[in-house]
Amino acid sequence: MLSYIVKRVGAGVLLIFGVTTVAYILLIAGSGDIARKQLGTNATAAQVEALTEQLGLNRPVMEQYISWLGNAIRGDFGKSWFGPQTVAEALTSRLSLTLTLVLGAVFIAVLFAMVLGVFGAVRGGGVDKTVQMIGLTGFAIPGFLVAFVLITVFSVRLGWFSAGGFVRFSESWTGWLKSITLPILALAVSALAAATLQVRGRVRDALENDYVRTLRARGVPAHRVLYRHVLRNSAGPALQVIGVQFIGMLGAAIIIEQLFVLPGLGDVAVNSTNEGDIPLVMGLVVVMAVLVVIVNLAIDLITAWLNPKVRLS
Amino acid sequence: MTVESAIEPIVDTRGQTDSIVKRVLTRPGALIPLVVLIVILLSGIFAGVLSPFDPNKTDLLNFLAGPSGDHWLGTNSSGQDVLSRLLFGARNTLTAAGLAVVISMALGVVSGLVAGYFGGWFDAVSNWVISLIMSMPGIMVLLAASAVLGKSVYMAMAVFGVLMAPGFHRLVAGMVREVRDELYVDAARVTGLSDTRIIGRHILSVVRAPIVIQSGIVFSIAVKIQAGLEIIGLGDLNTPTWGGSLRDGFQKLFTQPLLVLWPSLILAATTLSLTLFANAIRDEFERSGPRVGRKDRKRPPEANAPIPEADPVHHPQAETDLPALLEVDGLTIGYPDGYGRYALVVRDVSLTVHRGQILGLIGESGSGKTQTAFGVMGLLPSTGRVVAGSVTFDGEPLVVNGDDLGNQSKVLGTRIGYIPQEPMSNLDPAFTVGQQLVEPMTVVLGINKGEARKRALDLLERVEIPDPVRTFNSYPHQLSGGMAQRVLIAGALSCGADLIIADEPTTALDVTVEAEVLDLLRELQQETNVGLLLVTHNFGVVADLCDQVAVMQYGMIIESGPVRSIFHEAEHPYTQSLLDAILDGSEGRGAYRAPVLEVTR
Repeated sequence: MLSYIVKRVGAGVLLIFGVTTVAYILLIAGSGDIARKQLGTNATAAQVEALTEQLGLNRPVMEQYISWLGNAIRGDFGKSWFGPQTVAEALTSRLSLTLTLVLGAVFIAVLFAMVLGVFGAVRGGGVDKTVQMIGLTGFAIPGFLVAFVLITVFSVRLGWFSAGGFVRFSESWTGWLKSITLPILALAVSALAAATLQVRGRVRDALENDYVRTLRARGVPAHRVLYRHVLRNSAGPALQVIGVQFIGMLGAAIIIEQLFVLPGLGDVAVNSTNEGDIPLVMGLVVVMAVLVVIVNLAIDLITAWLNPKVRLS
Repeated sequence: MTVESAIEPIVDTRGQTDSIVKRVLTRPGALIPLVVLIVILLSGIFAGVLSPFDPNKTDLLNFLAGPSGDHWLGTNSSGQDVLSRLLFGARNTLTAAGLAVVISMALGVVSGLVAGYFGGWFDAVSNWVISLIMSMPGIMVLLAASAVLGKSVYMAMAVFGVLMAPGFHRLVAGMVREVRDELYVDAARVTGLSDTRIIGRHILSVVRAPIVIQSGIVFSIAVKIQAGLEIIGLGDLNTPTWGGSLRDGFQKLFTQPLLVLWPSLILAATTLSLTLFANAIRDEFERSGPRVGRKDRKRPPEANAPIPEADPVHHPQAETDLPALLEVDGLTIGYPDGYGRYALVVRDVSLTVHRGQILGLIGESGSGKTQTAFGVMGLLPSTGRVVAGSVTFDGEPLVVNGDDLGNQSKVLGTRIGYIPQEPMSNLDPAFTVGQQLVEPMTVVLGINKGEARKRALDLLERVEIPDPVRTFNSYPHQLSGGMAQRVLIAGALSCGADLIIADEPTTALDVTVEAEVLDLLRELQQETNVGLLLVTHNFGVVADLCDQVAVMQYGMIIESGPVRSIFHEAEHPYTQSLLDAILDGSEGRGAYRAPVLEVTR
């Protein structure tokens, strides 16, 4: 088990390294004359040269990358080219909101997917058809359209929620809850739909297993077989889907945060890429890659815990 | 086998694709989305003819107007005609999304074919690249790309095409790996076809359908992502797109809510239609078995297809004073055949198991013996049903005249034990052997875990497992087949059953292990004096163990009686052929055609 964890962690570190390398080289090499872009067409050649020198852009790309990597390993991601903050400050203050949204959406997606998926698989017939239809529709409709509908109905018409803006938990927890509820719902829909379809399919398959009949033949009631045995054996594939959806939600959160005017990572992502603030963009790339690696590792570990074949081999 | 016949499956696949086009078109779930898509596509193609206004012509005196005779869907914040912008938007949005599909397909299919067919270093490298691509949220990559490449819908969709290539790659590589080793591909290789010819002709035709399905899904995601990017301001204002209209509408949500409605509707209609259509095609491909066209459905095949009628032979039973434990009378089991009738797999089966006796139920695969066992226990697969007959266990009715009373749960596990056929698949891979033995005992007998554990260890010892504690703590995949079967026998005995139903308990085992397990069964039966219903296809096993025997064919019992008289005076030709089969191989049998029964309920 330990060697399994070490292997997975190693693969994760390698992945983060690969992603940052590719991202850095493409960003620096693709951006052309960065200092000229920053200073505008009116700047003199001397000014441009001075800034190039100051940002270290006159060095070869690999050299720049190695110095960035060296600092990054020590936890220093540099300073934003345009704002007053360091990259670390700019990101940490916003990470918690984005994580709250995404984890909230994961929680809702998992909860409802289990209920709907199992319900469809066990009942079959019309119920199953309805569950599949809900899943396909939820999967097809983009999250931002869900956000439009939620804002129109619950903010504009009913006035139950504010149409945007963020209230800190420390200021008012009801205000906080109101400011994050609709964005979480908008984020959750497509993951919920994808996970529902997966749970339904896997539970249906698992119900066909011979051991289900054998356990029933030994007198274990159907509901107990379902909750203890069938669900556990269907959980692995469903978790893999949640992993993929988590990555998707990190991206979707960028859009949803803009629609609800929330100060999460999405704001930084849009502004820093607009301005070409490469240290900040690289910081974002690292944060997202680390999050993805952590989530995938967690899912691998849960899968191993559920499935002794993975754990023991 | 000749080379020609080995290559045949390809012809089948092509024929299947053609008939699938027909079937998809007759299915409303596929036809409606397809029509919607075609209408949207045509409106984009003919946007120039259909649009009442130039989509970029602004009219600052008439902005945010509601629907009117001139502007059917009103005007936006710049006074541009909403309908015209949506029509041209369809053109731009769909073309850009199409670009993403073409790029991802070209990259993914080619790399997938190479990786799947040749494997090796290319496969390893492409997997690594894929894990890199898939570890970044697509929107983040597109944002970063726009910083470098500028704001252009087409550029963004070209990059997105690269990001979606892994989906095609995995799909194609996976299928190619499966097909690569098929006989007909080997045969093609032997005949001297080059690799490119094989990939082009044989393998592409297999992966064609999944590629179409994947394209629909990628198209739908591309439309969504593209609109999402434009909503957060990454669009080009001079290129009318649905995303641009959405952004404009969302900003005026409070003053002119209709403005966001129209692009939302058309976008939702597009993505939903693409998803539903792709899903419908997938369903059609996954549907196996006999294909029934809509027209044929009204006219079911002949109600009673001719089947060889059996003439049951009953050998006189020796008088017995043993009490009857299980009495099955006229049991008939059917499955819906899709025409509102039931195809019968078990017909009018009657048998009696006495306490302390072993009844062998023998017949070839598909003769209905296992279904009989499931029917008795009330554990038929979900679509199966007892349509007639009665089952009584120790005086307690379980099924009366085709009505399953559903009270088997009272006796299952406590008084009836079940030993399944395939040992491995009948143990839950996620739990240890011990957990699976303990759980039913705590549920059925209401004893605590410690007591159940003690009992389970005793049982494991009793079924002659050398190291009970170790087996108790093992997971099923750590056991051999013979061990697992002993565990299942222990499970059947765990609650002190009076009747054991064993469904081919030794079929999946090696010959030597088979002999050991049969010995064990005999010992246990004599020791506990239970009744045993032994389902088997092997007359050798019957001869070895059983007191009584019932021979099944085509779902019916064709001959029954004491083992001794059947062995010496088998009358039915089928029984004789089974007896002959002990010594030598038997001839193959013809396909079984299930008779059907009209049931109005």
